[in-house]
Amino acid sequence: MNDLTDLYQEIILDHNRKPRNFGELPGANRTAKGDNPLCGDRLQVQLQVREGRITGIAFEGQGCAISTASASLMTEAVRGRTVEEAERLFHLVRNLFTRDDPPDPATLDDLGKIQALAGVREYPMRVKCATLAWHTLHTALAEPGSTVSTESGTS
Amino acid sequence: MEVADPMIAEPEAPTPGVQPLDIQRVRRDFPILRQMVRGKPLVFLDNAASTQKPEAVLQAMDGCMRTCYANVHRGIYRMAERTTTAYEGVRETVRRFLGAARSEEIVFTAGTTESINLVARSWGRSELEAGDRILITEMEHHANIVPWQMVCAQTGATLDVAPIDDDGVLQLDELGKLLTPRTRLVAMAHVSNVLGTVNPVREVAEMAHEVGALVLLDGAQAVQHLPVDVQDLGCDFYTFSAHKIYGPTGVGVLWARHELLEAMPPWQGGGDMIRSVTFEKTDYAPPPHRFEAGTPHIVGVLGLGAALDYITELGIAAIQAHEADLLAYASARIGELDEEVNGVRIVGNAPEKAGVLALDIEGVHPHDVATVLDRDGICVRAGHHCAQPLMHRLGLTATSRAAFGLYNTREEVDALVAGLRRVREMFQP
Repeated sequence: MNDLTDLYQEIILDHNRKPRNFGELPGANRTAKGDNPLCGDRLQVQLQVREGRITGIAFEGQGCAISTASASLMTEAVRGRTVEEAERLFHLVRNLFTRDDPPDPATLDDLGKIQALAGVREYPMRVKCATLAWHTLHTALAEPGSTVSTESGTS
Repeated sequence: MEVADPMIAEPEAPTPGVQPLDIQRVRRDFPILRQMVRGKPLVFLDNAASTQKPEAVLQAMDGCMRTCYANVHRGIYRMAERTTTAYEGVRETVRRFLGAARSEEIVFTAGTTESINLVARSWGRSELEAGDRILITEMEHHANIVPWQMVCAQTGATLDVAPIDDDGVLQLDELGKLLTPRTRLVAMAHVSNVLGTVNPVREVAEMAHEVGALVLLDGAQAVQHLPVDVQDLGCDFYTFSAHKIYGPTGVGVLWARHELLEAMPPWQGGGDMIRSVTFEKTDYAPPPHRFEAGTPHIVGVLGLGAALDYITELGIAAIQAHEADLLAYASARIGELDEEVNGVRIVGNAPEKAGVLALDIEGVHPHDVATVLDRDGICVRAGHHCAQPLMHRLGLTATSRAAFGLYNTREEVDALVAGLRRVREMFQP
């Protein structure tokens, strides 16, 4: 990880430029807000959950390239998954961004394109940018309607 | 700082009577600047957040602890007396540096934030009552907002906010309209930590005094950039931090006119701030010791003294001229870059600016800017700079900020501009 392109891979830049599933989600039944007061990053994740499965997801907000790309990739990764699968992925992703050891090869398939964000480990100040969307998703599933902050936990 | 033609941003003609800085010699005084970051020379442009320390400061602090250290104002023995003399000597250094009338007017604090809180707690709580007003400006640092909100909540006073224009210039006529007979204090930045705006504090002081209000200046971003003479400025309180003027963290200064300090109650009780104590009654020491309860930051104060001596030796006018040159050069180069690649904008274009350059790159979050620059060893600040209301006023959530210090060079500006070009290339709109 010696080059900046390891952090800002083309896929990241692309998802930042053209975030997927960006906007309002009609018919959403779960929602949460994420706030990183240190950066001024704010986003909202909206979900439609039917019979334990995420049938729709969208996000809105503003943030840096890392947080926007992470949110965009997340929406692609969890749509169609069950709530349990999404929660499991949340934990895998958190480990991917924060653990020193390489991810368990068995999980790589699940992580898919999200692996492109692994470079953020080298930038401890930026890990919160990458995890904000995931924490917000987790909150929307666990405590819908609330706001999660990188600085104070759920409020 | 306006430059008509960026292509001819020649080094500014030396100001008559000012010995220009020998920048290479100056850089050798700062050991930290010798290091490489990922194989590239460190380019430290986060000087508005904190500054690096010259050898003289390091030696003063280290030397004190190695050779002559004891608590101050207490010991009878020779080393205690010498430490006290050195500590109190810095008070005189600060007095001279600020052009204050008496060294008893210099109170050592933990920094600008504590200096402002001291005034809010001591003067504010004892003087303010319901219906009184405090006037600040839209460009204040949180340290010059929150203490006043707290004291307003406690006393029933009200906070007014004077607006700025889109260039980051204080709107003096609007400020005038907000000055009322109930305005007790105008608290404002001497220099904005985001916009670099040098405020017309002398005019504000005159206007404030006409309605009987006092004036507190947050000098955290001023003393390292321009000559300050508190008597000439006509203010009543002046505050600054050592660590932003090449001294250590944890030390700062409150200057106030002597009659104000004499009338102010202590804000913290303890040792060193008393004349006599019985269980029935305590007589407080006169200023400045009344406001310095407990063992002070002795080593830090000596570091501050060494920093001010260092600045004085180089000459604040020479530093000011050098930084004006860097600011003009950087503004011109960034203007060129903007013409070439578009969307690189300087936030804060007051005619009178200190060497602070806030940048907004269209469509790119400042944290991405800072990360890309960091890879080239360039340190800039990205964020709201503890001035969220100002960011809100400007319609921004954050900016990237390059702030020049006396050791920065035109080559470092070139490195910054090259880095910004790289940012623009990476994050095509």
